[in-house]
Amino acid sequence: MNARTVKPGIAALALLACASAGAQTKSSADGIAEYRKMLEDGNPAELFEAKGEALWKEKRGPKNASLELCDLGKGAGIVKGAFVELPRYFADTNKVQDLESRLVSCMEALQGLNAAGISSTPFGRGEQNNVTALATWVAAESRGLKFNLPQNHVEEKRSYEIGKRVFFFRGGTHDFSCASCHGEDAKRIRLQDLPNLTKNPGDGIGFAAWPAYRVSNGQMWGMQLRLNDCYRQQRFPYPGFGSEATIAVSTYMGVNAKGAESIAPSIKR
Amino acid sequence: MTDPMRIRAQVAGDKATVRVLMAHEMETGQRKDAAGKVIPAWFIQEVSATHNGKPVLSAQWGPSISKNPFMQFSLKGAKVGDKIAITWVDNKGEKRTDEATAS
Repeated sequence: MNARTVKPGIAALALLACASAGAQTKSSADGIAEYRKMLEDGNPAELFEAKGEALWKEKRGPKNASLELCDLGKGAGIVKGAFVELPRYFADTNKVQDLESRLVSCMEALQGLNAAGISSTPFGRGEQNNVTALATWVAAESRGLKFNLPQNHVEEKRSYEIGKRVFFFRGGTHDFSCASCHGEDAKRIRLQDLPNLTKNPGDGIGFAAWPAYRVSNGQMWGMQLRLNDCYRQQRFPYPGFGSEATIAVSTYMGVNAKGAESIAPSIKR
Repeated sequence: MTDPMRIRAQVAGDKATVRVLMAHEMETGQRKDAAGKVIPAWFIQEVSATHNGKPVLSAQWGPSISKNPFMQFSLKGAKVGDKIAITWVDNKGEKRTDEATAS
């Protein structure tokens, strides 16, 4: 059997040499996909999911209340399906809000916690950890559903337009915009494929993959931290948690991702 | 304060595959914080598993194990409904036990 396979083996090698560049990028992308697949089995995001679910039901804060009456856009207390329709306009705050900023509003309105205080807390500290865990759980409740952000309210349309401008706005010491890396198909940074976020990049890619657990630093990241870190890499000023700019970019990406299936919380390198 | 583990035990044939996800910082003691001070070591040192109360696995872990570690092992002779309990003890003496039922 060995002797029979030798010849085609050599032919295949010669072919490989011809198409080496193309084949190599493909195989490293496949390698990363395989690595993610292996990690999926024990995605530590599940630990944050469990923590978030407990936090949702736990009576906390000066008002000693749970978040079970929090309206995430589909009515008070409805969690399933809420994630794939955010950011959206909320009449009570008169703002377009994403999942994380909405959770903070609920924590203030229902539990009496200080929204401004939480928003200015650095990521990964204090109440911010709780916001991330809550967001992880809420996102997980919409796993497998397709993104379908509402664009009926004038504020939602405005947010999309602002987001588009922010996405293409170049500046900073490197003259970068979001579009520099995420405006074309088949781009990559080192070995990571970069999704084209000006359209639907596909199921579970880009906006549909966060919150995600990052293996390299062992941290759970929500979209707010993801975007703030994008800005850090662009050498832009840090827009801050729940800022209008980050919510507008989220609206832009979310609307573009219409029909994409959410796999959040996912696992990242 | 310790966070719960996620334990899944799936029976296939005469074996069960047990998968455990533990929530732990697993500080090596080698890292420094922003102020340049060494972050004290804090990691799981002992892991043990029992099958219906009978010890089936014990392991000694060190600082090279990742944060939020994942452990998988297969267990011969486990049946649906069996109780599988996992315990860890860290170098601060903190201890946590969680139990799952094989399915």
